[in-house]
Amino acid sequence: MKTPWMKITALGAAGLLVLSACSPGATEDTAEDDAAGGGGGGGSVTVGIKYDQPGLGFREGNNPPTGFDVDVAKAVLAEMGYQEDQIEWVESPTPQRENMLENGQVDMIFATYSITDERDERVDFAGPYFMAGQDILVRTDENDIKGPEDLNGRNLCSVTGSTPAQNVRDMYADEVELVEQDGYSECLTFLQSGQVDAVTTDDIILAGLAASDEYAGEFKVVGSPFTEEPYGVGLPEGDVETCEQVNEAIQKLQDDGTIDELLAANTEGVDYEANAELNDNIELVTCGE
Amino acid sequence: MSTQYVLFDAPGPRSRRIITILNILVALIVIGVLVWVYQALAAQGQMSPHLWWNAINTNAWVNYLLPGLTFTLQAAAIAVVSSVVFGLFFGFLRLAPVRILRWISMVIVEFFRAVPVLVLMVFLHFFFSQYLSNVIDPRNSAYYAVIVALTLYNGAVIAELVRAGVRSLPAGQREAALAVGMTTTKSLRYVEVPQALVAMLPSLVSQFVIILKDSALGYIIGFSELLRYSRHLGAGYGNIMQALVVAAIIFIIINSLLVQLAQMLSRRLSSRTSGVTEVGIPGIAPIAGDTVEDEATETRAQAIIQQDKRK
Amino acid sequence: MEDILFLFEQYPIWEGFWANLKLAFFSAIFAFTLGVILALFRISPVRSMSWLSGAFINLVRNIPLTVLVVMGVLIFWGQLQINMHPDFDTNFFMLATIALSIYHAPFFAEAIRSGVNTVPLGQAEAARSIGLGFFAAARLIIIPQALRGAITPIGNTLIALIKNTTVAAAASVMEASGIMRTMIEFNPNLMVAIFLIIAIGFSLIVIPVGLLTTWLSERLAVTR
Repeated sequence: MKTPWMKITALGAAGLLVLSACSPGATEDTAEDDAAGGGGGGGSVTVGIKYDQPGLGFREGNNPPTGFDVDVAKAVLAEMGYQEDQIEWVESPTPQRENMLENGQVDMIFATYSITDERDERVDFAGPYFMAGQDILVRTDENDIKGPEDLNGRNLCSVTGSTPAQNVRDMYADEVELVEQDGYSECLTFLQSGQVDAVTTDDIILAGLAASDEYAGEFKVVGSPFTEEPYGVGLPEGDVETCEQVNEAIQKLQDDGTIDELLAANTEGVDYEANAELNDNIELVTCGE
Repeated sequence: MSTQYVLFDAPGPRSRRIITILNILVALIVIGVLVWVYQALAAQGQMSPHLWWNAINTNAWVNYLLPGLTFTLQAAAIAVVSSVVFGLFFGFLRLAPVRILRWISMVIVEFFRAVPVLVLMVFLHFFFSQYLSNVIDPRNSAYYAVIVALTLYNGAVIAELVRAGVRSLPAGQREAALAVGMTTTKSLRYVEVPQALVAMLPSLVSQFVIILKDSALGYIIGFSELLRYSRHLGAGYGNIMQALVVAAIIFIIINSLLVQLAQMLSRRLSSRTSGVTEVGIPGIAPIAGDTVEDEATETRAQAIIQQDKRK
Repeated sequence: MEDILFLFEQYPIWEGFWANLKLAFFSAIFAFTLGVILALFRISPVRSMSWLSGAFINLVRNIPLTVLVVMGVLIFWGQLQINMHPDFDTNFFMLATIALSIYHAPFFAEAIRSGVNTVPLGQAEAARSIGLGFFAAARLIIIPQALRGAITPIGNTLIALIKNTTVAAAASVMEASGIMRTMIEFNPNLMVAIFLIIAIGFSLIVIPVGLLTTWLSERLAVTR
């Protein structure tokens, strides 16, 4: 009588051992990462990016990720002495970015991460490497929405844990109906079906979304950015050394025009121009403040 | 036994006519609803073949569905095994002859059964990444939070199953064991629990269904399981609805297979134990309301036994 | 202690639990009603009805609730464009209620059906032999006994439903688990206390329901 359940338990224990040997993160070669300090050398560096934002940070399965943020990250890390194969990419969704930095899930984040005072209390920023501005995406046949003030009484979609939607509500239209979703892709399906009238976030994100093959010609960016969103590199609180290295790299890439080239390459074929006035002379943050 | 015979006489000619009319009516309503859904979706362009194709082609499987499914199954499988271990341990303790052990295990078991799994998951996710980051790679903290939360909850449920399983054995088993000179602990270990376990096996398989379904809660804390991957698929190809439908179908297929397995086991094993191998309601973990200790449960267990004898 | 008071002042904890209770209340009513209908269909002599109910039960039971809630938002609202209320907060609350109702209806149906199964064959035969028709037999003999036999599974389903209202967070409904998340995010040092507040809150709701179920099922048990 005791054999069957002894067998089950033994089988179970064996299974447990086998299975726990292949947990998600363990699939990648996890060399001891000393990325936060020293720079370059033998270590690897874990970089948080978006996986679901075509044009900025997008990744399919284990294919190499693509997008503007990814390219900037590669260029910055190259300046710091890292090879591409030393970079480990990790998804960092909007609501979890601060957490991931705080508890060491990532060494740095390049994920459409605007520098704000609130976030600055929990993490450090280097950069910015790009100046975006909040804008509005509407259906091509929509002519009544020309700016955030026209959103009163209309339905708006944005992403959980991001500031853009709250901005609109607080500053321009307090009677806007707001739905928050996990990602912008949901917002686009709502915009397409007509359940919401507008999607709001940074212009470059909207441009990337509007440019994807699936929605070609269906949406347009209104084109009057009403905020300044300095995209920074998120770093763990207090990591001054890395911050300075990143800033140095960004300065160099801005001066030699690499960042402009990367932007152009990633927004090819889209009717989008970065806000030149802001982007021509970006002032980098002072590290350690 | 079909319930139909309990409630109905064999239908006469008039009833048969009514039944035919109702059959036609139901068929029409079902078809009507399906057509309406189809048209509503088609009006949105959601029925266009390439959207569906993009959700089931090789790229979708290789880059999204299979990796997501692997993590879902992996987390669920580990959680099943560990919750059995947890459940056996505390189930045993709940039957222990020492009152204080029974009390401690009761408090633990009841606590984890009362707390929503999602609440447990959210907490463990933060807890692991904050305090255990040197033990658990923080990148995996969501994954482990899912496994541990599922283990604690389902383990508590299994502990109850073990206890109920032992209680539902005919008293003669225990009496016989004591009569041949075994101690109560030995009787539990060699006679009662093994039989209860065999009797529980079908319920354990349906517990797997619950665990598999609850692993999708990991979506909310950012665990990259099937639901999250299918959302990514939808983000990449503008077919979020199709991707979700495919994910739902995958869940349905796997869970249906598990339910069938549970039913098959329940038929096969009924001869190998004096316990009751019946599967409860698959999909809801039973909270056997009998938190009242001792006498109350004793009498209830006896009532169950009496009932079984009569069947 | 001050920290805990601070949490209660700073965050809408009570409102969060109230939202869970409201979700549970409305979903329980709808899910139970739908469950009764499904159970009636399931045991009816009309083949297509029992097949339809069986298909629905088996489909819904095997889909994770999270998937159902996400689908409700993305497909039911987003694609089929069914608006229940112009105010988004109310709309999503209703959407979550519908998803919860649909998800739990099969469990209520199965609970009721299992209750019907506890009624011995002889009862129905006896009812028929004294000349009661289907409806009279069902109303006077079968259903009263079946409901009593179904108390425990119905109670279990109700408890599961109460706990599952936390999944409404996936439909952007503000409820206790979402508030817990925000609280921990901004007060990580109070993590354990925050978890205990929420956990004990749920225990205080769930355990009485469990005790009541036990008490009722014992009190109303059909002596056979």
